[in-house]
Amino acid sequence: MVTQVENPILEVHDLTVSYQSKPVLWNVDFSLPSGSLTGIIGPNGAGKSTLIKSIMGLTEKNSGYIKLFDKPLSKVRKKVSYVPQRESVDWNFPTSVFDIVLMGRYGHLGLFKRPKQADKEFALECLRDVGMEEFKDRQISQLSGGQQQRVFLARALAQNADIYFMDEPFVGVDAATEAAIIELLKKMRNQGKTVIVVHHDLQSVKKYFDWVILINMRLIASGPTETTFTKDTLQEAYGGKLTLLSQISDLLSKEDIPTRQG
Amino acid sequence: MEQLLHFFSFQDPIIRNVILGTILLSISSSLVGCFTFLRKRSLVGDAVAHAVLPGICVAFILHGEKNLWILMIGAFVAGWLSLIVIDLIANKSKIPEDSAIALVLSVFFGVGTLLLTHIQHNPSLSSNAAGLENFLFGNAIAINQQDLYAFGTIACILLATITILYKEFILVSFDVNFAKTIGFPVRVLELILTTLTVLAVVIGIQSVGVVLMSAMLITPAATARFWTQKLNVFILIATFLGVISSISGSFISYVTPSPTGPWIVMILSLIAIVSFLFAPDRGIISKLMKQNAFKQKVIDENILKALYQLGENEQKSDIQYSIKELLNKRPMDESVLSKGLYRLTKERFLIQENDTWQLTPLGKNKGQRITKIHRLWEVYLTKYVQIAPDHVHEDADSIEHILTPELEKKLEELLEYPSTDPHNTTIPYKK
Amino acid sequence: MNTFWIILTGCLVAIPCSLLGSYLVLRKMVMIGDAISHAVLPGIILSFMITPSFDSPLVILGAGVMGVLTTFLIEFFSQKGKLPEDASIGVTFTWLFSIGLILSSAFTSKTDIDLDCILFGEILNIPLQLWITESGVNLGPSPVWFLGFVNLIIVSFIILAYKELFITTFDKAFAIAIGISAGLWHYLLMGMVSFVTVASFESVGAVLVISFLVTPASTAYLLTHDLKKMLLLSVLFGIASAVGGYYLSNYLDSSTSAGMVTMGGILFAIVFVISKKLKTA
Repeated sequence: MVTQVENPILEVHDLTVSYQSKPVLWNVDFSLPSGSLTGIIGPNGAGKSTLIKSIMGLTEKNSGYIKLFDKPLSKVRKKVSYVPQRESVDWNFPTSVFDIVLMGRYGHLGLFKRPKQADKEFALECLRDVGMEEFKDRQISQLSGGQQQRVFLARALAQNADIYFMDEPFVGVDAATEAAIIELLKKMRNQGKTVIVVHHDLQSVKKYFDWVILINMRLIASGPTETTFTKDTLQEAYGGKLTLLSQISDLLSKEDIPTRQG
Repeated sequence: MEQLLHFFSFQDPIIRNVILGTILLSISSSLVGCFTFLRKRSLVGDAVAHAVLPGICVAFILHGEKNLWILMIGAFVAGWLSLIVIDLIANKSKIPEDSAIALVLSVFFGVGTLLLTHIQHNPSLSSNAAGLENFLFGNAIAINQQDLYAFGTIACILLATITILYKEFILVSFDVNFAKTIGFPVRVLELILTTLTVLAVVIGIQSVGVVLMSAMLITPAATARFWTQKLNVFILIATFLGVISSISGSFISYVTPSPTGPWIVMILSLIAIVSFLFAPDRGIISKLMKQNAFKQKVIDENILKALYQLGENEQKSDIQYSIKELLNKRPMDESVLSKGLYRLTKERFLIQENDTWQLTPLGKNKGQRITKIHRLWEVYLTKYVQIAPDHVHEDADSIEHILTPELEKKLEELLEYPSTDPHNTTIPYKK
Repeated sequence: MNTFWIILTGCLVAIPCSLLGSYLVLRKMVMIGDAISHAVLPGIILSFMITPSFDSPLVILGAGVMGVLTTFLIEFFSQKGKLPEDASIGVTFTWLFSIGLILSSAFTSKTDIDLDCILFGEILNIPLQLWITESGVNLGPSPVWFLGFVNLIIVSFIILAYKELFITTFDKAFAIAIGISAGLWHYLLMGMVSFVTVASFESVGAVLVISFLVTPASTAYLLTHDLKKMLLLSVLFGIASAVGGYYLSNYLDSSTSAGMVTMGGILFAIVFVISKKLKTA
């Protein structure tokens, strides 16, 4: 149940990733069309976050390759945006909402270069897009969960990328924020951007995404939502782990051995 | 030799005091250190060790002379106070715990140094203060009979507490939340453990000084962790290492002559570093060696597999092949291949004739097994993991080397002994 | 005049320490700074044995090498050996420190190393080390010039690399994703910390440097939600500790650097209590 596409914006080829020599993703192989709003779906510990982290080069991969716009990530960084999980940073950090959003421009600036007026105006515009303009000078420690997520989203918008990877943007946010975010994501898709979201609420999958990737240690399915997000594929993704596969991955982690020769 | 005999004859009271004192110290601190290590609070011991200095100085200023018990009470109070302040700062403000620890230890130590230098520069105080600076870097030689009695008493209290509350301490260090759910007085137990840490520091500080005291707490436990997975053994090894280092450190400092504390820590650290590198199983070098051995195994098995599959093509197995033919079948570095061939011949998996090699029955068996697992795994990946047949080869190439006989059997049963792999090649079973 | 030079020296130690310390606090890596400051001891003593002068570049080099080695060893043991990081820190710095103590006890008889001076500093001696040019012009104490140079480097590092330090400290994953190397900036920062530790030990001692790193930065952190203000405030608190500490230790006739550390602690305590009061009010 893997629909491969022509001229993919993202191509993941035979990707195997281990965490402390225990494989968490096994031979994942799929491609994504440009201009889609994609959900990465799977149970807890299925490797959803690991998948986008390895696409962003944040975790080392054992084998396989990843191409964005038919090029390796290092060649196209400016066209790619990443939104980490909200909990991954310290929200007590002494800084303001605006400074966080401005970070989105850093990738376009050189070493030691300061953001220019144009960068600041653009960042402000992005803050407006997520409805947080009046919070511009607020300290980030004073934000609610939903507001924090909007700030992260604004930072991603400020990157002005073509493809966006978001790790669990709906976790711990209020219903209003969730609705506003999905509205924004759909708007982005309609402008031709590609958005990939790690998501775990099965209820809303059909409503939100036009493409889904189902994983559970291995790729279960990848394709348009209506044909891919079915009872069968769901059963497979959530129907428990493959015992043999997890036994072997336990063995690999216990032996602490390199998975590949050479 | 003479020095050795003299040292261990215990006739010299100074030597006897040093040895007994450092043994008491190392037993107490290694034991307590095991629990702080397990609770991942190693650096708290460091903080307490620095923080007792102002307590000692204040006790001295108030009392006016160097009475060990009074100084120890001062040290105890200051050590305790420092832990309370760390908790207060870390829990009641946004300052991270490590900053709170560093802040408290350095400020307490700064205050201690301030008071100590004040005492030393003040004629009315300094006349009685001789030896107070021993608390900074330690001076085991200064341990006298009275100190020993004091240390012994405290060490006994400490040992008795640990013996009585052993089970509880283990649980609290291992899984606080579980301990809470089964109704343990976790808070009280943590307080007792903290008190024991302060006590161990109080015993040790005169012998090894504030900075090195943390080594006495941390290093034995960190080292013992590399030698065992069993908790009781872990604690025993840590204590043993502490005692050994104390005796040998004291000996070296007696022979050279140089300060005792640094030598004890030096020995302890050397044992630690050797363990980090060479301990079987967990040591860094052992791990590297294991990985190397595995790499060799992979190469050997790949050669046997290649030879087996070459024979498979020609329907015969007792054919000799040259290096060139082998490299054609499976490209690899030629020097790696010839080393592998040499190993395999020595281990009687192959027979060499001129420049050609042939599988022995033993080698054939192994080649057959590897080939079988490779193909079975390809079947498994296509059937159960939904991976396209043209993507399974690489993964099978690594799994074939690690599958245990039990998992191999499970795999066969799960797949019900298929006769061909996804590429329609026959899967060879043992006849 | 001596008072002026001593206070100036204190301030010149406090400024770079407070700035770098702010980042250590925010990155939760203060204890590595503590380890570095202890572990430079053997480096200092070894190089001192070769050229018996605190001013020589060799001492700076020796201690700098030890600082980087410490950072590396801590990471090596915790990553390759799977030792918890705090234990790795504790084992590493006590080991290097004990080497330093053994070396100093073995060689003090041959050279004039003063262990107390290395560990607690002798800021009172600073004004005596005058830098007099060949034509006889008195340029003031040479250590002050050296510390001034250190300040120039650290302050320009903090200003120039503000953006990079900010992003790698706040959100490492995002920084890596947009192509800023978190590892490079980590080592640069730690290198700077070693450098400052080494530059400061002559005046405030290797053991007390950690307080100059952590105390003003923590005090500032309590008061502000703005990184730039935090950096500025920490410098102010650092300077205030240095000035106040000088008079405190003068009054008590005791170690100057310990006085500065104590003053820093007092300022922290006051700010801590006031900020609690403000929050409850």
